Amino acid sequence: MTTTQLTLPQALGRPARPPRAASASGQIALRALRKYVRTPSLCVMAVVQSAMFLFSFRYVFGGAIHAGATSYVEFLVPSYVATIVLFTGGGVAVAVAEDKTAGFTDRLLSLPVSRYSLVLGRTVADSVTNFWSILTTAAFGFAFGFRLPGTWLDGLAALGLCAAYAVVFTVVFIVMGLFAPNAQAAQGMSLIAFVFAFISSAYVPATSMPGWLQPFSKYQPITPMADAVRSLLTGGTSDVGLALAWSVLLVAVFTPVAVLRYRRG
Amino acid sequence: MSTGTGPSRPPLLQARGLTVRFGKVTALDGLELTAPSGRVLAILGPNGAGKTTFVRTVATLVRPASGDLLVYGRDVATDPAGVRREIGLAGQFAAVEPTMTGRENLEMTARLFGHGRAAARRAAAAVIDRLSLTEVADRRAGTYSGGQRRRLDLGASLVGGPRLLLLDEPTTGLDPVSRREVWDAVRGLAAAGTDILLTTHYLDEADELADEVVVIDHGRVLAAGLLGDLKAGIGRDVIELSVADPEQVRAAGRILEQVTLNGARFDPAGRHASAPAPGGAAELAAVIAGLADASITVDEIGLRRPTLDDVFLALTREAACLARTGEAALTPVSAASRTDRSTP
Repeated sequence: MTTTQLTLPQALGRPARPPRAASASGQIALRALRKYVRTPSLCVMAVVQSAMFLFSFRYVFGGAIHAGATSYVEFLVPSYVATIVLFTGGGVAVAVAEDKTAGFTDRLLSLPVSRYSLVLGRTVADSVTNFWSILTTAAFGFAFGFRLPGTWLDGLAALGLCAAYAVVFTVVFIVMGLFAPNAQAAQGMSLIAFVFAFISSAYVPATSMPGWLQPFSKYQPITPMADAVRSLLTGGTSDVGLALAWSVLLVAVFTPVAVLRYRRG
Repeated sequence: MSTGTGPSRPPLLQARGLTVRFGKVTALDGLELTAPSGRVLAILGPNGAGKTTFVRTVATLVRPASGDLLVYGRDVATDPAGVRREIGLAGQFAAVEPTMTGRENLEMTARLFGHGRAAARRAAAAVIDRLSLTEVADRRAGTYSGGQRRRLDLGASLVGGPRLLLLDEPTTGLDPVSRREVWDAVRGLAAAGTDILLTTHYLDEADELADEVVVIDHGRVLAAGLLGDLKAGIGRDVIELSVADPEQVRAAGRILEQVTLNGARFDPAGRHASAPAPGGAAELAAVIAGLADASITVDEIGLRRPTLDDVFLALTREAACLARTGEAALTPVSAASRTDRSTP
């Protein structure tokens, strides 16, 4: 009976030290993953949405797009998979903004958890869900008639690069969510990603665009990122260095912004 | 402002010239406050007074533009991590993950407080038991009623065994039964030695829970002190009556004024009148006699102690008057100048 006589604060006890960074990040990530898996509108809709876009590009617009020597499905699918997170990642920004307006972020910030753990946990979880989008989208690509032009190993290398992109885009969308005042605004802000996705070589050859638009397409990160995945699939390495450099740069810029934003509350 | 506590035990809160700005809006404007630990402290004030900003500043979520705020002697600006180890925050919204069960929510928060796996499980179980969440503990929080969700949120702020619990409007939007349940939980924690800082705009809530109240408006402290002292300061008993016939309310009011020598207040419904009665029961008897002489039938008449409503209205009115006449602001009653309540 002694336990029932303990007051609640005694029964709870105070931890001797704050949580370790790995443990705190793990808890943050676990919660974000649970939310994703247990919310059908998140995990199912992301898949449906990416399949619908791919279907439209492949069968609706595809017939009118000339991709040079290769067929449009060969041209489209690799870069579509590489950039799918630009479409589905808006969910990350929305989730981050929702946590803020629902008071969940306040709770986390009031706990003795380092701000790096908050960003790291969120990044790990959302990179996993975004990689899930990449895998399902790749599967739809094969279902819609795409075949690997090179070896399986080339395919895996391309998939690995896409996984790296998932991390990069995740960090960018987290920052968008942190700066958005609410979920609707986060949804709106994530449309910026469409500008980069569409005005690139991902869905159409950049040379088909008017001359004044081509510099934007050429010098923004999505074009080399898409081209690098196509190149890896055929056993090449062109644009891979540039794509990786962009990836490192984006993560290096956006991660500290996220941490600082959490720190300022 | 003097600090009444010994050097061995730093006060719960010490704010000196605490100023917080959001862009051009000044939410806290040089707030001064010293509060000893061992009490339930209620922050009262109208909407927009700065109550929530103050709690968020204590919780290290907002950085002061100038001035200091020490929580148990730790500075929120220079040692936020140290402050976070002492506090548990339950904000205005129930900050629980709806897709996780109550138990999962509590265990996660316990881990984030720094508990190991086993200790987190024990802490979650203890909270579930004490906050009457046993039946719903393994259901998703999204299916909870408002009261259950609020209790779960309260529990989540507790699983790390904080020394100071911060409650921002803990019962806003709850039905009376749920409200009582939250109050009981808060009283139990306070009795067991957890310091509690709560904001509320329900005066009855402060009346129920708080030992000490701080009234703030426009980001400054209007008054602070023990609840009883503040009431005594406004101090006088009030005679309230309601007449059967609205035509007679003015006549009844005149009798009130003749006896108490105070101006009577009439309510808009037209049947109630009230006036401060420094003479207490003797004046009540005189009013009853006077009403009988004038053949005025009353439905109800009585003497009541001033409530926090009276205190609050008097203070905000006084402050508004002073602001108009340009006199110096009301001197806050120093919370810390009073002796520590002996622990029961």
